[in-house]
Amino acid sequence: MSHSERMNSHSILAEGLRKRYGDTYALDGFDLAVREGTVCGLLGPNGAGKTTAVRILTTLLRADGGRASVAGFDVAARPAEVRYRIGLTGQAPAVDEILTGRENLEMWGRLYHLGRRTARARAGELLDRFGLGEAADKRIKHYSGGMRRRLDLAASFILAPRVLFLDEPTTGLDPRNRDEVWQAVRTLVAAGSTVLLTTQYLDEADRLAHQIAVLDRGRIIADDSPDALKSMIGGDQIDLVLREERDLPAAAETLAAVTGAAPTVDATARRVTAPVSDRIGALTEAMHRLREAAVEVEDVALRRPTLDEVFLSITGKGAAA
Amino acid sequence: MSALISPVVPRTAARRLGWVLSDAWVIARSNLIHLTRNPAGMASMLLFPIVMVVMFGYVFGSAMTVAGGGDYRAFLMPGMFAQTMAVGVTTTLVVVSTQATYGVTDRFRSMPVSQSGVVLGRALADMAGSALELAVLIGCGLVVGWGWHNGPLPALAAVGLLLLLRFSLIWVGIFVGLKLKPESAGASWMLMLPLTMIANTFASPAQMPGWLGALAEWNPLSATVAACRELFGNPGWSGGSWAAQHALALAIGWPLLITAVFLPLAARTYRRLDRV
Ligand SMILES: Nc1ncnc2c1ncn2[C@@H]1O[C@H](COP(=O)(O)OP(=O)(O)O)[C@@H](O)[C@H]1O
Ligand SMILES: [Mg+2]
Repeated sequence: MSHSERMNSHSILAEGLRKRYGDTYALDGFDLAVREGTVCGLLGPNGAGKTTAVRILTTLLRADGGRASVAGFDVAARPAEVRYRIGLTGQAPAVDEILTGRENLEMWGRLYHLGRRTARARAGELLDRFGLGEAADKRIKHYSGGMRRRLDLAASFILAPRVLFLDEPTTGLDPRNRDEVWQAVRTLVAAGSTVLLTTQYLDEADRLAHQIAVLDRGRIIADDSPDALKSMIGGDQIDLVLREERDLPAAAETLAAVTGAAPTVDATARRVTAPVSDRIGALTEAMHRLREAAVEVEDVALRRPTLDEVFLSITGKGAAA
Repeated sequence: MSALISPVVPRTAARRLGWVLSDAWVIARSNLIHLTRNPAGMASMLLFPIVMVVMFGYVFGSAMTVAGGGDYRAFLMPGMFAQTMAVGVTTTLVVVSTQATYGVTDRFRSMPVSQSGVVLGRALADMAGSALELAVLIGCGLVVGWGWHNGPLPALAAVGLLLLLRFSLIWVGIFVGLKLKPESAGASWMLMLPLTMIANTFASPAQMPGWLGALAEWNPLSATVAACRELFGNPGWSGGSWAAQHALALAIGWPLLITAVFLPLAARTYRRLDRV
């Protein structure tokens, strides 16, 4: 299919984007296609090129090569059309500290040319929806990190954008605030917007996205559904921390038998890790066998693989931080 | 979720102009709110000129003689006015570089905001702030014995020249502010202050060593100061050089030249932020 044919079914379409800074390519042949009404998680470590990709797609930065269209318009040729159809919450907070939450949203609304009354109504509506109703008339400098982020998100929702870009929306937030941001994103997605969200956490992409694209040094190295990606990299992990170091071989043997995969052993942390597919079954079985073998377990956890483990299984190397 | 709100894209020139003005007003207004919500900053902004008047007018002033004769404080005030206008450029610098660094400029650029509206709003807010400073300083001057002696029209013309100088420096502020980090933008103040002193602000260039005097005479600030002294009817013999003889023309010419050079540079740098 040609670029223009694919533009009809995809809200975000990037082909061979390149951007160079000095000797390093921030993007080096970046391809991505996101279908209308879906969420794409762009996953990558620091410096992978996530922000560069978002800045090109939101018309803030010109690519050195390749092309991209968003909401059906070429970002380089028709930036004004694109700007009417997108919302952006960048990595750096773009709220006015001195103004109140309400004043911020009214200001942005008026800059979208909504008219005074519509802008005011929209601000009130968004403040309530993002759980900022009570803090609406407080200045931003008295807001917590999570509240600021939510206000920043609210600003990118003013026009109910067709395509929303969120650059690491939860980095630096504590778990409670992170949940609030996730909830806000889900609400928007339920209303039919397309979302591109960048993150350093597989967990986050897994919870929110229909599609996960893994970015490594300016290139997409994996692009699939969360389930497909997880089965490729072995799904969840089981972590065992033992009381005694001498029990490590026995525990590794047990985990290997239960999961059918080769566990990794971290001797200094007294930790054994293995990928699991049947989460609860594997956990129960392993705990049962370890008790029988009289291996004392200090801590046990089921978790998603870390970014490093994702990279390890895709590229055979850890994430190049 | 409420229905999709889609504003109408302006098709006629009149509507586009309407948008520019409305964007400018929204941006200027938020900047003015900043001023009113920062009483400490506002107090120091207004107190600083008063302290300077006391320092130079009384502490140093008692040891100063005016070339060509006259009261030193009456000589000093036009210098203080122009210095305040010139140092005002650091406000533009700091705001512009802070907004560019902390994502605010990116948000403007990702929205269908008219870019000329953004710049015009910035200019309006800066001019309002500087006009306020000038008003306070004029009040101060009246208290310490300065005044205008050629009638109200020339006095208004002098105020116009001062604001023209400030206006021309907005473009310098935007151009340089887009290239500096906020930390260095804040420190630019330390460079601006001496630059405003190598001029006829506090002493006549005729009293300075030759090379410094020549530099001071051609400083754009000197033209505004000399023209203001003439228009207000304040003392100050500015010397016999060409620049001194044509102060009024230069007080209009310099700001126009600065604007002609820096306005396109600022616009170009802003437009080219997508190539950085
Ligand atoms: N303005 C810039 N000047 C020079 N190098 C840059 C600039 N922006 C990004 N880079 C480089 O490009 C690469 C990708 O950066 P970025 O897109 O910010 O990655 P991420 O958002 O994934 O952390 C990094 O190596 C970074 O150092
Ligand atoms: Mg980034």
